[in-house]
Amino acid sequence: MEEEMHTDAKIRAEIGTGCSPRGPGCSLRHFACEQNLLSRPDGSASFLQGDTSVLAGVYGPAEVKVSKEIFNKATLEVILRPKIGLPGVAEKSRERLIRNTCEAVVLGTLHPRTSITVVLQVVSDAGSLLACCLNAACMALVDAGVPMRALFCGVTCALDSDGTLVLDPTSKQEKVSTWLWKGRGLEAKGPESPQWDWLQVCGGKRGVETGSHCRPCWSVVRSQLTEASNSWAQAVLPPLPPE
Amino acid sequence: MKTSVVSVVVKVADSSVYLRYIFNTCFRTVEPLEYYRRFLKENCRPDGRELGEFRTTTVNIGSISTADGSALVKLGNTTVICGVKAEFAAPPTDAPDKGYVVPNVDLPPLCSSRFRSGPPGEEAQVASQFIADVIENSQIIQKEDLCISPGKLAWVLYCDLICLDYDGNILDACTFALLAALKNVQLPEVTINEETALAEVNLKKKSYLNIRTHPVATSFAVFDDTLLIVDPTGEEEHLATGTLTIVMDEEGKLCCLHKPGGSGLTGAKLQDCMSRAVTRHKEVKKLMDEVIKSMKPK
Repeated sequence: MEEEMHTDAKIRAEIGTGCSPRGPGCSLRHFACEQNLLSRPDGSASFLQGDTSVLAGVYGPAEVKVSKEIFNKATLEVILRPKIGLPGVAEKSRERLIRNTCEAVVLGTLHPRTSITVVLQVVSDAGSLLACCLNAACMALVDAGVPMRALFCGVTCALDSDGTLVLDPTSKQEKVSTWLWKGRGLEAKGPESPQWDWLQVCGGKRGVETGSHCRPCWSVVRSQLTEASNSWAQAVLPPLPPE
Repeated sequence: MKTSVVSVVVKVADSSVYLRYIFNTCFRTVEPLEYYRRFLKENCRPDGRELGEFRTTTVNIGSISTADGSALVKLGNTTVICGVKAEFAAPPTDAPDKGYVVPNVDLPPLCSSRFRSGPPGEEAQVASQFIADVIENSQIIQKEDLCISPGKLAWVLYCDLICLDYDGNILDACTFALLAALKNVQLPEVTINEETALAEVNLKKKSYLNIRTHPVATSFAVFDDTLLIVDPTGEEEHLATGTLTIVMDEEGKLCCLHKPGGSGLTGAKLQDCMSRAVTRHKEVKKLMDEVIKSMKPK
C-alpha cells in the first residue's frame, strides 16, 4: 500500500542557473515523501527535496550482537551509503550526526537489548543532502512504528557573501555560499516552543562570520525552521484514522 | 600511656575517613551520574574545576626532529601529538595551482581501553573529518601558497595527529596541536631546473608557512539537557547527553560549529558558549605566542 503525499505549500521553480530572485520570505524547494515502498525493511521512506533524493530503510527493534548490546535501551545504528564510491570519513561523520539525533528522539528504553538500524542510500544529490537524509530517517522511523518522543526535521541554510539567507540551497548555491547551516528542530507533539538542536554549522568556503552577524541570521532561520517543520509535518504525516 | 590513647583516637578518626573514602569511590562507580549531579548543583566538578574552567594546557613545539613540524599538546591528561610531513605531489587537475593538506587523527589502543587495533573506528574518523573541516573553513593556509609549479608540482602536508592519552576533549587538543605544528613547519626552497625539468631542493634555505588565521576550538558537554560545562573529561563526556564544539578565529569570528546531534540547545545558550569560546581563543593565542617567541632565537 503506497501513500504518496505532495505538498504544494511552498513550491519554488528550479530552473538551473537562472533561479528566480529570493523574496524576503525564503521558500523551500518542492518536497515529497513516499512511505512503505520497500518490502523487506520494517519501515522505509523516500524523501525528495527538489532534485535531492534519499531512500531510507529501518530494521528494528531486532536482535543485537552481544558486543553491541546496551542493557537498558536499544542500540541505534545508522548506515549512510553515498551515491558513488565507497563510504568514507565524511559519511562516518554524517552517520554519527544522524545517529545522535535519532538517539535523542527515539524512546530506546522501551526496547532494551535490541537494535534499530537505519540505512540511508543517497539516490541523487542536488544540495542540502544532510537535511534530506535526516528527513528521510525520521519518516522511515515513523513508518516502522518505532516509538519516538518527537519528530524532527532538517533544513539547510546558506548565507551569501552579501548577507542574504538562502534556505534549502542547490549544490550550486552551496558552492558559492560563505556559510552553510544544517539545523534541526525537534517538534514536540504541540508545536509550541520547539527545541532547536543545531547540527553542523559549517564555516565558509571563504571568509568567516562574526558572532554578532549570526544572531539575526539565527532568528530568521529559526522562524523559517518552525514554518518548514509545521508545514511538512502537517502535509506528510498520515491523517489520524477516524474514531 | 598517653601516647597509646592518642594513637587510638587517631585510628578511629582514620577509619571514619577511610569509610567515607570507600563510600565515595563506590558511589562514584555505581551511580556516576548522581555523583556528578551533586557536584554540579554546587557549580563545581569533582576535580575541583568550575563549570567554565579549562584544565591546564601545555604545549611543546618541535619535539620530533624527523618531521617538518611537530607539536605536543596536553590538556589536563589528554595528550595529542601532531607531526607534519611535507612531500611532493602533482596538484589536483581541477585546481592546478593548489596544494593539499591531509589531516589524519589516530586513536590507538594505547590511549584508551575502548579503542581496539585495526581500521580507524568511528571516533577517529569523525575527528579526522572535523579537523579537515576546520582546515577548509578557517583557511589556515592558503592552498595556493603550497603550489610550487602550477599543474606540475605542489606540496602536500600530511598532518598526523596521534592521541597518546584519552581523557576527553580530543577535538580541542587536536586543533591546538595542528595549529602549533603548522606554525612550526619549515619548508625548503624548491626551484624547477628549466633544462632538466627536475625539482631542486635547497635544504639550507627554509621558510615558515604563512599561517593566516588561528582557529581555536572550545568544547562543551551538555548535562541533563540544560547544563553546559567546558572542557569535559572522559568520564564527563560519557555521562553527557550532548556535546558542542565551537571553533573561533580572531576578532570573535566563528569558524566552525560542530554539534553532532544530542540534546537541544536554545539560541541564548549558544551565544553564551560563543562568548566563552572568544575568551578561550585569547588564552590559547597568548600561550602560543609565548611558546613561539621562546623558540625563535635559534
